[in-house]
Amino acid sequence: MADERTALATPLASDPGSTASSTRLKLEHVSHHFGTNSVLDDITLDIAPGEVVALVGPSGCGKSTLLNILGGLIRPSKGRVLMQGEARPDCLNPLTYVFQDFALLPWRTVEGNISLVLEDKIHDDIARCERIGEMLRLIGLQDFANAYPKQLSGGMRQRVGIARALAVRPACLFMDEPLSALDAQTRTLLLEELATLIARAAITTVYVTHNLNEALRLAHRIVLLSRRPGRIKTIIPIESSIDKRREGDANLVSAEKRLWSMIRDEASAADKELDDAR
Amino acid sequence: MRGEGQVPFRAASFSPRHRPWSGAATLAVFLLAWQIGSSIGAIPDLFLPSPFAVARALWRHALSGDLWTNLLASLLRLAVGWTLGTVIGISVGIAVGMFTLLRSPALALVSALFPIPKIALVPLFIIWFGIGEGSKYATLAIGVFFPTVISTYSGLDNVQRNLVTMGQSFNLSDWSIVRKIMLPGALPSVLAGFRITISVAIILLVAAEMIGADSGIGAFILAAGNLYRTDDLIAGVVILSLLGLTLSALLTRIEQAAFAWR
Repeated sequence: MADERTALATPLASDPGSTASSTRLKLEHVSHHFGTNSVLDDITLDIAPGEVVALVGPSGCGKSTLLNILGGLIRPSKGRVLMQGEARPDCLNPLTYVFQDFALLPWRTVEGNISLVLEDKIHDDIARCERIGEMLRLIGLQDFANAYPKQLSGGMRQRVGIARALAVRPACLFMDEPLSALDAQTRTLLLEELATLIARAAITTVYVTHNLNEALRLAHRIVLLSRRPGRIKTIIPIESSIDKRREGDANLVSAEKRLWSMIRDEASAADKELDDAR
Repeated sequence: MRGEGQVPFRAASFSPRHRPWSGAATLAVFLLAWQIGSSIGAIPDLFLPSPFAVARALWRHALSGDLWTNLLASLLRLAVGWTLGTVIGISVGIAVGMFTLLRSPALALVSALFPIPKIALVPLFIIWFGIGEGSKYATLAIGVFFPTVISTYSGLDNVQRNLVTMGQSFNLSDWSIVRKIMLPGALPSVLAGFRITISVAIILLVAAEMIGADSGIGAFILAAGNLYRTDDLIAGVVILSLLGLTLSALLTRIEQAAFAWR
């Protein structure tokens, strides 16, 4: 299995050297409010090419909003987002999302859901089928190509979501709590796989989560947001390389404890807040 | 509480199940009781002809061929009128569901005109479109139009926003989003609307044929009524009921085929 994955992860690019994304993202003084409700306050952040950044914060701190601003799905009330660097020539959709609720079309099969995002750009049927096949192998879904989403487990559905995102060869990957709709066991399994994929693909990635464990496992830097209105509280770099980290590493566990003590009080206060933003 | 005993099962009620055979049996028992009532003279023939008499009337008209002439005339009106109303209704429904500019004006008109009983307008349609087929098509089309608009735009409104956002996030063209996300998402609601509009169309068909037609099941029923041929009258009604049942069964088939993914 491990060998298979090594063999399969490389076709992300014809030349393994070019796999790495060269796209840099810059948030400049981004603020946002819904109505009179201030959600984000003056966020400035520089995300290096190929870097994995985890956005962490208590519920309602605007981390999903920030992610949607990054990818151009929400227009910020103030400030701007810059994208720098040349995307790879075969990139079909530079800014690509993996959604918390998977966002699969229930009337399309696994294959059809991946095909959906390619149809506008790859008009050659054979080329498109090859790309779909490559993604299905990458994520271990070969046997489920013709299954409908309702037949799949949550973990399988999110695999489709990930395969769909990687199929367009993104320059930046935005993941909005991709594992939070899954049960704990599936989450642990998929987290391992995601870590391998992310480490290999080296795509500029922003990963929103409220789960410190996920953030510590996947990110080069953890950006801690305060509760509403979200401000950057601290940025914590994690030195060890992503594919060497393991579930239960002593330094990850101690880092998780440290992080939790930092946000504990805020999380508790955020929990007792009335949510008017929704 | 003391002592011991098996825990009773308490979650039995409130879960009705579908049993097709008991539905068929109910219809059979109903017909049988009706026939027995007629046979022993409890139900006078003019008051309500027996099922057997109705079947005989149907047979007679089937043999003479006027059953088929009338049925064909009605089916043609149903097909043309319903299709016309459905095509225009879906188009307007899509416009209402997609474009802010059209939404409020179109909805205002729909809300104002939908409650009008179309039957009241039949004489007007005869003046506008002539006593011939035109007025029949128009009556059906208008009756079908309004519910179709409503089922189409509410279907579009209920397409999950996150799927649309997903399409946008992958830079799909607007046309692709409409064709591959919005319309398939609205389809269940549109097909549910068909169930209503088919019944509406049959009701209006008969009404229109009763007001100004010399052929069709409606005209057939009216003529039978005028002559107090109650067996013919019920025969016509049975044809309508069968027509509705057949079309509804057809729709169920289409739904099953279209929504295998559900």
